[in-house]
Amino acid sequence: MGNRCAVIGVGQTYYTTKRRDVSIAGLVREAAVRALDDAGLTFKDIDAVVIGKAPDLFEGVMMPEAYLADALGAAGKPMMRVHTAGSVGGSTALVGASLIQGGVHDRVLVVAFEKQSESNATWALSTHLPFSASLVVGAGGYFAPHIREYIRRTGAPEHIGTLVAVKDRLNALKNPYAHLKIPGIDRRMVESTPMLWEPIRYLDTCPSSDGACAMVLSSESAVTGTPAWLHGTAMRSEPIFRAGRDTVSPDAGKDCAADVYRQAGITDPRRQIDVAEVYVPFSWYEPMWLENLGFAAEGEGWKLTESGATALDGDIPWNASGGVLSSNPIGASGLIRFAEAALQVRDMAGEHQVDGARLALGHAYGGGAQFFAMWIVGREKP
Amino acid sequence: MREVAVVAFAQTRHTDHDGGLSEPELILPVINEVKELTGLKRFGFTCSGSCDYLAGAPFSFVSALDALGAWPPISESHVEMDAAWALYEAWVRLQHGDIDSALVYGFGKSSLGDLRKIMTLQLDPYYLAPLGLDQLSFAALQASAAGADRKELDEIVRRSRADGRNNPYALDLPEDVTDEYAVEPIRTADVAPITDGAAAIVLATGDLARELCAKPAYIRGIAHRIEPHYLGMRDLARSASAADAARAAGVGKGPVEVVELHTQFAHEEPILRRALELPDGTVINPSGGPLAANPVMATGLIRIGEAARRIHDGTAARTVGHAAGGPCLQHNLVTVLEA
Repeated sequence: MGNRCAVIGVGQTYYTTKRRDVSIAGLVREAAVRALDDAGLTFKDIDAVVIGKAPDLFEGVMMPEAYLADALGAAGKPMMRVHTAGSVGGSTALVGASLIQGGVHDRVLVVAFEKQSESNATWALSTHLPFSASLVVGAGGYFAPHIREYIRRTGAPEHIGTLVAVKDRLNALKNPYAHLKIPGIDRRMVESTPMLWEPIRYLDTCPSSDGACAMVLSSESAVTGTPAWLHGTAMRSEPIFRAGRDTVSPDAGKDCAADVYRQAGITDPRRQIDVAEVYVPFSWYEPMWLENLGFAAEGEGWKLTESGATALDGDIPWNASGGVLSSNPIGASGLIRFAEAALQVRDMAGEHQVDGARLALGHAYGGGAQFFAMWIVGREKP
Repeated sequence: MREVAVVAFAQTRHTDHDGGLSEPELILPVINEVKELTGLKRFGFTCSGSCDYLAGAPFSFVSALDALGAWPPISESHVEMDAAWALYEAWVRLQHGDIDSALVYGFGKSSLGDLRKIMTLQLDPYYLAPLGLDQLSFAALQASAAGADRKELDEIVRRSRADGRNNPYALDLPEDVTDEYAVEPIRTADVAPITDGAAAIVLATGDLARELCAKPAYIRGIAHRIEPHYLGMRDLARSASAADAARAAGVGKGPVEVVELHTQFAHEEPILRRALELPDGTVINPSGGPLAANPVMATGLIRIGEAARRIHDGTAARTVGHAAGGPCLQHNLVTVLEA
């Protein structure tokens, strides 16, 4: 894992459907300045900038890091642009951390964003190369069959997804940055919304958000303020078209988790991890990832969700922030998971703080459930 | 820093037209070639560079994974930048000390769309892109600012094309150069040709590097810098970021026998030569450079590969590979390689 690395600053914008008041540059700068303020630093203290976002077609700006260099104080410094599909926010944090773990820099600013209101992500995702017609519309169309297969395999009752949809939105009410705030949300409300992609109803899906998230990462000698120490970092990818790969519980996810747990000395994630921020863009992905990440045995994830263990007052809270289901600036969604994990172990998560959180998991996935990025952060030095 | 070397390099025989191959089909042979050259089947880390806008669809890098045979799953990442930056990311990853090899690749088919207009979409979407400046127009602004001598530029084009004709991987471009303008003062021959292609490199550390390659090309310095985006905020006659990157990479710490520059326009060569403070004797772009083959998103990686190749074949002991991104050389990466 190389040299020690810590998160010393986190900055987020308020997530919302349309940020008409700022340009893309204004949006990313807002998050960056808040992260720097949190760390008690300025752009001058930063050695390099790493920026991530999902496909450029989402805003119609190709390789926007060139245009955003000025707003992020990157002029005269190294700047990198990461793109690994939906996992990109997580990968961006890992590429930034790598620069410190590799001993190349002492302080790195990582930023990820999406300004979905500039375009239409669902249709940007539905554009395919000539002669390979798209059979699905958007990410929901792609993932719904995987969810149906999960239900078929496990016999999970149909209200499980609804429970997650309600739980994450209740958490969002405690997070000032969250996009969806639905006071009084309950199972009946979720079940009364239209079916989009069987079994995904309108309130089982993530919103389309504008927003950005930033973190300041630091080497051990350059730490300021309250650090969240990295205990493990890992990425895994697998091919989308490989016959026989299990798209419901992908090997890449299992391998990535095993790698990051090994680095952090975790043998029982359910007991040892205090809080997890996991990329759940459709409610059913909570029980699916509970199994994939080893928090529950195969076929048992839905039972953990049903028992309330993943609620804010449960023994293993998942997505205390409200998660992707409550805020989804796509390219930033992974970075927000990593940042919220850091906030928890820094004891800075405010109303959605999990008491005594010492070890937290940040998780992101993307593509056809084939790209994974994870980190474990802790209150103590590894 | 940990010793990291380029131990294998492969590229496609680049074409000036769509040869009917999909991106994974383009990549597969070069991946296989570097696997054969090194005997490695798995790598500690894999990183690639590509651009969705060339294909006109999101996630152009996703299907590329199928060409790798990424099974069991691999530790992998992607930059939406020239693959030279993927090589940088892999070099950083190798500094952690827990892995000893990395695969890097890049690919692009600029034949599929109108590259000149596509590059407009890289500009600030509020203040610059609406002006409709295409790639040739903003390059012409730089050419005007630099004020390069026409004779010198013609000589650069003739030399690049001649070297390209001797390079089996580059395009066969005619010796005769027309005096037709693309956008004044840039002539059509000053412009890197539309090209489809891919390239791959294997990096290895320490003992493994010596095991895999008789003459590893060691990365003695690698650095990159970006500068302000707005053309009006820069002195376009110079490349401050290339100069900074060259100093950080240590170009001037020894002789430079060969340099491979990512020159998408003839006038960029004198700008970069000055920025890198290259001595007179340095051989520039013996492969023909981008003016003889420009598979966008792989072109910068190929510069590092070509610079490494001179060390692999024993014809040079110290070479430099350069890559650029953004309008008018906004972002520059410099790699110093030594035997």
